[in-house]
Amino acid sequence: MSAVISETHHDEHPSGIKRWLFTTNHKDIGTLYLLFALLMFFVGGAMALVIRAELFEPGLQMVEPQFFNSMTTMHALVMIFGVVMPAFTGLANWLIPMMVGATDMALPRMNNWSFWILPFAFTMLLSTLFMDGGGPAGGWTMYPPLMLQTGDAFPFVIFAIHLMGISSIMGSINVIATILNMRAPGMNLMKMPLFVWTWLITAYLLIATMPVLAGAVTMLLTDKYFGTSFFNAAGGGDPVMFQHIFWFFGHPEVYILILPAFGIASSIIPTFARKPLFGYASMVYATASIAFLSFIVWAHHMFTVGMPLAGELFFMLTTMMIAVPTGVKVFNWVATMWKGSMTFETPMLFALGFVIMFTIGGFSGLMLAIAPVDFQYHDTYFVVAHFHYVLVPGAVFSIIAAVYYWLPKWTGHMYNETLGKWHFWLSTIFVNLTFFPMHFVGLAGMPRRIPDYALQFADFNAIATIGAFGFGFAQLLFAYLVFQTIRGGEKASDQVWEGAHGLEWTLSSPPPYHSFTTAPEVK
Amino acid sequence: MAARGATYRTPFKLGVFVIAMFGFGFALVPLYNVFCEITGLNGKTGVVDESVVARYEFDPDREIVVEFMTSLNQELNWEFLPEVAKMKVHPGKVYTVNFYARNLTDRDVTGQAIPSVAPNVASRYFSKTECFCFTQQLFQAGEGRDMPVSFVINPKLPAHVTTITLSYTFFDAGQKVALQ
Repeated sequence: MSAVISETHHDEHPSGIKRWLFTTNHKDIGTLYLLFALLMFFVGGAMALVIRAELFEPGLQMVEPQFFNSMTTMHALVMIFGVVMPAFTGLANWLIPMMVGATDMALPRMNNWSFWILPFAFTMLLSTLFMDGGGPAGGWTMYPPLMLQTGDAFPFVIFAIHLMGISSIMGSINVIATILNMRAPGMNLMKMPLFVWTWLITAYLLIATMPVLAGAVTMLLTDKYFGTSFFNAAGGGDPVMFQHIFWFFGHPEVYILILPAFGIASSIIPTFARKPLFGYASMVYATASIAFLSFIVWAHHMFTVGMPLAGELFFMLTTMMIAVPTGVKVFNWVATMWKGSMTFETPMLFALGFVIMFTIGGFSGLMLAIAPVDFQYHDTYFVVAHFHYVLVPGAVFSIIAAVYYWLPKWTGHMYNETLGKWHFWLSTIFVNLTFFPMHFVGLAGMPRRIPDYALQFADFNAIATIGAFGFGFAQLLFAYLVFQTIRGGEKASDQVWEGAHGLEWTLSSPPPYHSFTTAPEVK
Repeated sequence: MAARGATYRTPFKLGVFVIAMFGFGFALVPLYNVFCEITGLNGKTGVVDESVVARYEFDPDREIVVEFMTSLNQELNWEFLPEVAKMKVHPGKVYTVNFYARNLTDRDVTGQAIPSVAPNVASRYFSKTECFCFTQQLFQAGEGRDMPVSFVINPKLPAHVTTITLSYTFFDAGQKVALQ
């Protein structure tokens, strides 16, 4: 076949730095994405520690309030666009071709491009910290008119966001093209692993909403420099309009940050419960319903802007409706474990931690969905506690679980199980120490994004700071473990885990450079 | 490799979708405005012409207090006041009230008044037949003048609303967004 001939030149890949710069291989690009996310995890984490150090005691000790605000803004932008999204894209690159029985991603050159945009985007974003007027300090939500007061950093932030958007849109197009066109014969849509399903839906969410964000920030740019008045009341615009457009992107975005995590949990839990996933079809439909609902709930982020009662009710009820498909998922994971012969290796521990602590974050989300009480919770640390529960022991734990689960497959080496368990328990204890007290200070009225607080919040803030430093340093153990496993270790078998099923486990560990050169037959 | 063509068609279709969604982001601006005008959300008041007002049923038994408020956007050196702080009105009849504005600076300024009605629920029943807020107003240096607004309250205004506040904020329309 002609295809075989055209594939051969790929094997003579360059070595050294050129291998990584010019690679079109899904595994290389997946590795680049994951290492980039790991690096950014420590950058964003260092920013979080600046925030927590300042909040250790009441009063202003460490940093200027303006710098504090730019830390909260940058921490969010780095963690969302630089850690969770690239990490999920890295996992998608590594796993989707192996899971659907393809050789590589559908559009390998675009794949290279979508990764290599990111270092430029983040260099640009991080460089704003050294500019006249400091980094962006108006919050990652960039509400005007506050955001328009940003100094020289402003256009750099906007263009960095444009680049991140272009990167993730191209990554998503690649994922969809791969899944729709390159599945092995016999693998129909309802036979795909759930990780592939959740990523397919995530990719659609991304290409539907990232352009809207790009539009919103472009409007900010023209409002500031070109005299338009999209959000400027003097010219007939409306600052609240920005919030509507932003959250039309922003709410689907939070599901972009969690749906692949659902796919990861749905892969890991059946393996270590040694039972097939309970309710596969309902999982697929639940994911699709969450994605649909995510487009009609955006204004629950802005209950306090002065919406009429009908609006408050509509957004309250649709938001609560999301609890139904999410509940279906949680109960399915529990039912998968029911009477299974479970073992608790590190990936399983992180997956279980994900299920339990993500559910805690889900419940506080339900509390926030109640419009009348949201007036009390809005912009307090309760909101901070809520979204950190769904993002840290939610999304981040799922990514860590995925790394432990597939790392032996990727590298051919087993990681150090004892250290892995240490990493899990340290992370779990410290993450709760960090974020659980935030519920209490939030309910008591401590506002977010402010470098000082009233004296009565001092004890809980001190505890949260201790937890944050503990959690941060525990992640160094993770970085150590990953590099240790890449360099060597006990040989992993092809199946790696006794209960693992799926096409990726039929390949050798580590897998060949081109995953499936002859398509496997799926029964 | 029959799938080869499809592999390139899919990204093309998705690319078109991306561009459409970028346009949709901008389309949201007029869409929200239209939505707010139809529903009266966001304190946006309606504009009616005489023929519609003529069909309103005058209700002499119901009395509603309309309060007038003015404010200036920061950094605008103007005087801007309503002629009266409040007035009692009956639904279905057109009333006119004057606002006085004076440019205290020594340069010509074009101003734009942005109205807002509270409570929100009343805004769709509060309509103006004529208003200085419909257009931008040029004031010479030191010039002051009265600016009229004519309004009418739709008799269908919900019974629990007894007071309506009409507030205007005056902006300097010629000024670009203030840079630091």
